[in-house]
Amino acid sequence: MATASLVLPEVATRRAIRGADNRRATRLLLGSSASARTLAVIALVLMTLVWLLPFAWAIITSFKTEQDAASAATVWPASGWSLQAYTNVLTKGDLPIWMLNSVITAVLVTLITVVVSAMAGYAFSRTMFRGRAFALALTVASIMVPGQILIVPLFQQMLAFQMVDTYAGIILPQVVAPVMVFILKKFFDGIPSELLDAARVDGAGPWRTFFTIAVPLSKSILVAVAIFTFIGAWNNFLWPFIVTTDSALMTIPVGIATVTETYGLQYARTMASAMLAALPLLVVFMLFQRQIVRGVATTGLGGQ
Amino acid sequence: MSATTSTAAVPPSADVRKSRRRAEREAERRAQRLHSGLSGYWFLAPFAIVFLLFLIWPIVYGLWMSFTDRTLIGTNPGLVGLENYIEAFGDAQVWQTLWQTVFFTVISTIPLVIVALVMALLVFTGLPGQWLWRFAFFASFLLPVAVVTQVWGWMFQPDLGLFNTWLGNLGLDPVGWLTDERFAMWSIALVTVWWTVGFNFLLYLAALQAIPEHLYEAAAIDGAGAWRRLFSVTIPQLGRTTWLVLILQVLASLKVFDQIYLLTGGGPAGTTRSTLLYIYDTGFVNYRLGYASAISYIFFALIIVLSLIQLFNRRKEA
Repeated sequence: MATASLVLPEVATRRAIRGADNRRATRLLLGSSASARTLAVIALVLMTLVWLLPFAWAIITSFKTEQDAASAATVWPASGWSLQAYTNVLTKGDLPIWMLNSVITAVLVTLITVVVSAMAGYAFSRTMFRGRAFALALTVASIMVPGQILIVPLFQQMLAFQMVDTYAGIILPQVVAPVMVFILKKFFDGIPSELLDAARVDGAGPWRTFFTIAVPLSKSILVAVAIFTFIGAWNNFLWPFIVTTDSALMTIPVGIATVTETYGLQYARTMASAMLAALPLLVVFMLFQRQIVRGVATTGLGGQ
Repeated sequence: MSATTSTAAVPPSADVRKSRRRAEREAERRAQRLHSGLSGYWFLAPFAIVFLLFLIWPIVYGLWMSFTDRTLIGTNPGLVGLENYIEAFGDAQVWQTLWQTVFFTVISTIPLVIVALVMALLVFTGLPGQWLWRFAFFASFLLPVAVVTQVWGWMFQPDLGLFNTWLGNLGLDPVGWLTDERFAMWSIALVTVWWTVGFNFLLYLAALQAIPEHLYEAAAIDGAGAWRRLFSVTIPQLGRTTWLVLILQVLASLKVFDQIYLLTGGGPAGTTRSTLLYIYDTGFVNYRLGYASAISYIFFALIIVLSLIQLFNRRKEA
């Protein structure tokens, strides 16, 4: 009860602030012209509908029976809604396995990337060692290397390491993220050295200082790096596609892209798989919307 | 780029640049290195290992391979010197795929910048329901490429697809969206715009929020209408972001592979084959790893040149 009465005004205040912000933005950009505002609203709604159309079409198709999907090109299902496609992909076929593979690989890629990059960023920012300038220059220069051109030698390497069709083969080449190292280095540079120094004076070693002071202070940027790494890993197609041939080790993007043919043309089923594959990231977006927007804004992370 | 255009027009003199660099170095030194001794190596070690193993080594190994006639099955690669490079420069396929890649880059990048800007402007007008608009434009960016191509492949489907059904309802002939040489690359560009514009949209949205309010207030006092404000305040203020979006987009579009591979496989008649697709085909379908590596390095050189231009430009602006 007490908490509710505390929370509610806060929400209301926030909403009011947002409302005021919105009104101000409107006034700034469009002025007081009603026609300009009407035009903007119409354009915005139209554009939104166009952008959501493929989602709508896919969702509707996924709830059709296979016959409906493949017979008439009507928008609405002729013989009613059906969960058949979903029960099919979830009980028959490899989709649950691919989903699991995607979760395992994306989570591991994210964890390893964040830890490895944060440590390296800290090393470049706060420690002194011989060869530091050279290593930093090499890391920054490597940002320019388009990973896609390395598929041929990387695949050879995976053959030599016997990592083809293994989780390690999917994961390890994806954890090298010089951009993230650089972003984190910049962030650590901005932490006032007094804060870190105080810990050292109190007798904390480099590891203690890193884990108890630097990491907690960088929570926001670490979350942003983690989210973008996760999105990238979940959606990565080319590398997992190259390094897996066994259907039982495929991730979702690879699985639904390469194994569909064996279903024949089952549109409802294909769309149901597609929607299930998309769901986790849409949930991530809803949970972390603010961090994602801020992450793009401040770091320009991501990109295809 | 700054609010007053007069300062941006004058390039900083050598003196200014030198003192700025000195100040940067000073700041670097002031961000005291806390720990000396071996700890730096320990912090760096995990990254150094994966970096050397999975980035530097493939770069070096690939370069070496490009001087061999290595095949996927062959065991003893023979050194052939520059033969692969010479062959590549005389290979019509290399030039054709390179041209198609550049064509794709142009027809995808222009709408990806303009549409993103329009979206951001419309959302920035501050209409209620911000969450919904942001979601609508950004959500497709979150989809795995296989999902995007499944959904669009289904919409492009010649007989049952949404687009041809609509055309049929209008009494028009069906279009071979992905099978007609005239349309296939445009269709792929359309899919790409729908799929990836959300990221650029967010970059623009953030930039819009950073434009100082007083500029608009001043424009309003001067009696500038909505269009005038857009072209005299907003768009010039977004110059830097536009450059960033443009260059990121060009670099991304040059590397196009996934959506083409999944939608057309490079067809019809190879007209949508991009350079990366040709590299893939050469290496993994025809097993000519040495030759594939050589093409990779030519392509890499092109991307490096573009990246350097961008870096140079950013340096100049900073």
